[in-house]
Amino acid sequence: MQDSNELEISRRNLLIGSVASATATAVPSVVIAQPVPEARTIPIPPPVMSKVSFDVNGKVHALEVDTRTTLLDALRERLLLPGTKKGCDHGQCGACTVIVDGRRINSCLTLAVMHEGNHITTIEGLGTPENLHPMQAAFVKHDGYQCGYCTPGQICSAVAVLDEIKAGIPSHVSSDLTQLPQATAVELRERMSGNICRCGAYSNIVDAISEVAGRKA
Amino acid sequence: MKPFTYERAKSPAEAAAAAARIQGAKFIAGGTNLLDLMKLQIETPTHLIDVNGLALDKIETTPEGGLRIGALVRNTDLAAYEHVRRDYGLLSRALLAGASGQLRNSATTAGNLLQRTRCPYFYDTNQPCNKRQPGSGCAAIGGFSRQHAVVGVSDACIATHPSDMAVAMRALDATVETIRPDGSRRTTPIVEFYRLPGNTPQVETTLEPGELITAVLLPKPVGGRHIYNKVRDRASYAFALISVGAIVQKDGTGRVALGGVAHKPWRVEAAEAEMSRGARAVAERLLVGATPTHHNAFKLPLVERTLGATLAEARG
Repeated sequence: MQDSNELEISRRNLLIGSVASATATAVPSVVIAQPVPEARTIPIPPPVMSKVSFDVNGKVHALEVDTRTTLLDALRERLLLPGTKKGCDHGQCGACTVIVDGRRINSCLTLAVMHEGNHITTIEGLGTPENLHPMQAAFVKHDGYQCGYCTPGQICSAVAVLDEIKAGIPSHVSSDLTQLPQATAVELRERMSGNICRCGAYSNIVDAISEVAGRKA
Repeated sequence: MKPFTYERAKSPAEAAAAAARIQGAKFIAGGTNLLDLMKLQIETPTHLIDVNGLALDKIETTPEGGLRIGALVRNTDLAAYEHVRRDYGLLSRALLAGASGQLRNSATTAGNLLQRTRCPYFYDTNQPCNKRQPGSGCAAIGGFSRQHAVVGVSDACIATHPSDMAVAMRALDATVETIRPDGSRRTTPIVEFYRLPGNTPQVETTLEPGELITAVLLPKPVGGRHIYNKVRDRASYAFALISVGAIVQKDGTGRVALGGVAHKPWRVEAAEAEMSRGARAVAERLLVGATPTHHNAFKLPLVERTLGATLAEARG
């Protein structure tokens, strides 16, 4: 009896959209049924809007966004470019990797308003289904994915990694800081460590990047 | 995230003045640590001052033969800078041992110095943490403390400083150049820049409210073999359990700083006098008075052995 009564109150709370927590189900129903007093509502500060304009895949976009909007959310939710993926949203997985002014970054850990005048390349800007970027083609050829969710980030990261090696940027596994780094498998694994693949396609990803690196050399 | 107002700073002086004037204001540069914490509402600034447009992204040679590294120089660019690779290899190595390629492209020199601890209890807003909420207690003491500090701890906090770069900066005797809200400038040796937790673990540096880092200065190169050995749970993209940054001269003298053992990069100059006597003697002086927990007592022998490997590598 007691149990069914509590269940009834819980359902009622759910139906009226009350914010009362689960513990409130122990309170007599007469109290619950009263309207929530004004004083109990927590004031929510209004969002702050700000203007920003940047180039995405060769097209300039002028946006007015809530200042809290990450670059990732601006790309996906405002510009409707869902190729860039939201994985952890905390810079730990690399699914959101895009290339900003030639550098790969985590688009989840940067605000849209911080990118005034920047040039941003997403997976949609690298190639098209009819005309794949060499890195996209190599990922297909080498089966460098399984579910595909991390793949746009992997590919954007991989394209930038080869540019970083070409520019002579050393890595943790470079044995000599004064020598130009090479696109060895060991170097590629270290440099791609910011892109997690839950399906574990890592060895095929390294094969794909190695092939593109070899073609470039 | 909580709503916040946003402005792009026009000059370092104006940025510092605004940060002191506007309650709840914070600077943002790379944002890789701050935005992470804002999403979790561990940091809740009401106003962000974007300093990315300030021309603080240059590396210059100083009249003394050292380097002046702009506060906004990205970690990737600092690690790859030819002069740094050649003469301050420890700094390149420490930077490259940290984070991921994407994060190093965004993260700045000043932001790296100011990053917050990765203590899991600091991140868990359901747990007490004196650093996040002063006076609430410390869940790490008596909790899972494998990653935590073994020296310089207090009853209020046993968190570590997570930066690899700061360990190199400490060994290289860097100084931090800042501008204060009144427009005056000062430089602070890195040894005086970081604080131990004491009773106020929420105060991590000697920066004044609103004070903005404009550069990090390195003295002229000291030569020697530069080695950074980081021990972590994964081969890449993980914070240090412990790290050893060393500069070893041909005659066996040198400098050693440790990461992952304290609330700040840990260096004890007196320990360096023991370098000719080997790793055990140095480690004993470095970690004198250590108070590890049951979970992180392994860090003491790990420091000694990693230091031993580092000194052997320097001789080899």
